[in-house]
Amino acid sequence: MNKTIEHPLKKYFRGEINYTTCSGCGNGIISQSILRAIDELAINFGDIAFVSGIGCSGWIPSPSFNTDVLHVTHGRSIAFATGLKLAIPQTKVIVCVGDGDTGSIGGNHLIHAARKNIDLTVICVNNGIFGMTGGQAAPTTPYNSKTTTTPYGSIERPFNLSNLAVAAGATFVARWTTYQARPLKNSIKKAIMHKGFSFIEVVSQCPVQYGKVIGMRNDPVSMLMNYKEKSVNIRNSKKMSEDELKDKFIVGELAEKKNIPELTDEIKRLRREAKKR
Amino acid sequence: MKNKKNIDRKTDFIQGNIACAEGAIVAGCNFFAGYPITPASEITHYMSGKMFEINGTFIQTEDEIAAIANIVSASWGGNKSMTATSGPGISLMLENIGLAVVTETPCVIVNVQRGGPSTGSPSIPLQGDMLQPKFGSHGEYQIIALAPSSPQEMFDFTIVAFNKAEKYRVPVFILADALVGHMRERVDFPFEDEIILDERNKLETYQGIHQKIFLDENMAPMPIFGKGLKANITGSTHKEDGFRNVSDPKIMDNEIKRLSNKILKNKEDIVLIEEKYLEDAEVAIFSYGLVYRAVFETVNIARRKGLKVGSFRPITIWPFPQEQIEELSKKVKTIIVCENNLGQMFPFVKAAANGNAKVIFLPPETLGTLYNPENILNTIKEVI
Repeated sequence: MNKTIEHPLKKYFRGEINYTTCSGCGNGIISQSILRAIDELAINFGDIAFVSGIGCSGWIPSPSFNTDVLHVTHGRSIAFATGLKLAIPQTKVIVCVGDGDTGSIGGNHLIHAARKNIDLTVICVNNGIFGMTGGQAAPTTPYNSKTTTTPYGSIERPFNLSNLAVAAGATFVARWTTYQARPLKNSIKKAIMHKGFSFIEVVSQCPVQYGKVIGMRNDPVSMLMNYKEKSVNIRNSKKMSEDELKDKFIVGELAEKKNIPELTDEIKRLRREAKKR
Repeated sequence: MKNKKNIDRKTDFIQGNIACAEGAIVAGCNFFAGYPITPASEITHYMSGKMFEINGTFIQTEDEIAAIANIVSASWGGNKSMTATSGPGISLMLENIGLAVVTETPCVIVNVQRGGPSTGSPSIPLQGDMLQPKFGSHGEYQIIALAPSSPQEMFDFTIVAFNKAEKYRVPVFILADALVGHMRERVDFPFEDEIILDERNKLETYQGIHQKIFLDENMAPMPIFGKGLKANITGSTHKEDGFRNVSDPKIMDNEIKRLSNKILKNKEDIVLIEEKYLEDAEVAIFSYGLVYRAVFETVNIARRKGLKVGSFRPITIWPFPQEQIEELSKKVKTIIVCENNLGQMFPFVKAAANGNAKVIFLPPETLGTLYNPENILNTIKEVI
């Protein structure tokens, strides 16, 4: 007798639409990590809103996730998410963005949202390249990489997005690769429950566009094994020299600050004070 | 859906920008995002305190791009939202203004115009951005824009702007200028029963994956976020249910035409004009905003001299009152277009007149200065 087994996360999908990502893309792992985190936290999906931008990362929630989804312009997701969170502070707002969204066109929104410590969970998919538009160099592309806009090798140093978020004042910051799906899910759980600005960088494989750059074209398995080999936990990294850490991915929870005023709470306080006058 | 709002009757002597902010609050604005810029900053100053007093939200954003992003998403959160800036700020906002149009988001955007291009002259009034809200963002679209000429109208038209934004699910612009924004005049606040507020059509319950939330020429209901309505909102070309389709030209054709028709088919309700002394006029003067003040003064002088002159003033700049001007062109011999620029609305007036009347353009002697009524009068005498 054939028995149909429903995927435990199917209930979170709008249905009637397929994912548009290329085969081997890291988006699937990240989508599952987000949904498993929500499932384990047992939060009503309707109490979560997603905001995403333009780029492959935007397709993680949009239009597939069966809750409120706002898919906006390139780089501006965090700014839109800020307005949404201010308007409906009781709703948890999760932002799915790319390294172009946060490190390039929308860098200003990232650092200011971190500084304001608004209660958002930002999941930044860092594939080290502009994937959807055809493999152009991103601000996260390693030095001397050959991409469609750097045929002689890139001449700029890449951004360390998590460190940027920490420096800008983000109160919860974690970095994982798609190889560490379970720790990633656990950090997403913490980020969702953290009151304040959370930034999770997920180093994710783009076998189609970035695979080419590192000689692993259409080979997601090798890319994941590469992540496994090159990942160093933050605890171990402290004992290592800068040279030893070259080309490594420092993974783990990089920052967690508590008792820093959160923006929507601050606004509630101002409303109370304004009425007293 | 209409409801009335309480307000105490009062009269005040206030600046145009403050009158605009007061109008917004009367209209129910409870979310303001802004970035400092001359000559619009007074609106932001005022809102930075007032919003919290009325249980609303004020946020000073990192730039104007974030300001428009904040008001669009706050509107999806069910707030009545607004931002105020000047030309350089609008230039930065344009991409997300397109998003507001295509996602049919009610919001109000105030442009207190200054001299441009670029940094320009921050405190010189210029009607230099009249085409910008209608044509500045890429693609084909319609918005609503109103041009106030006084602090009283900054107050009144801002209420109209919120009502039209709510009713038609569209960004509405206030196109003021540095002088209208900064001048102080008497503003009469209305009696409470004179204020009628329009509210957006909201989706009440989830209607399934293909619920119709966009592209209705009679305004589709808006699923407010956070209410379990599973809103599916995208800036990509989409269907009535919000699902994107970027490969079928018919879907794009449907989207663009419905978005435009939503405004154009309701022009009768949206378009506001003011006609003075046009019954027997041989010459009509077309003007709006600050310039209208000098024109109306001139028309009064001309009438005292027995000249058959009238004034046609579009309060709504966009959608353009084409039909009304065509009608006018059949009654008068000449239409003189006065605007504080090098003729931005002039081609539209000429096209609407369609050869029925002669249409001539009369700029101020120096851009950014008030018209001398004597100059307008001389032109009237030349053509009459």
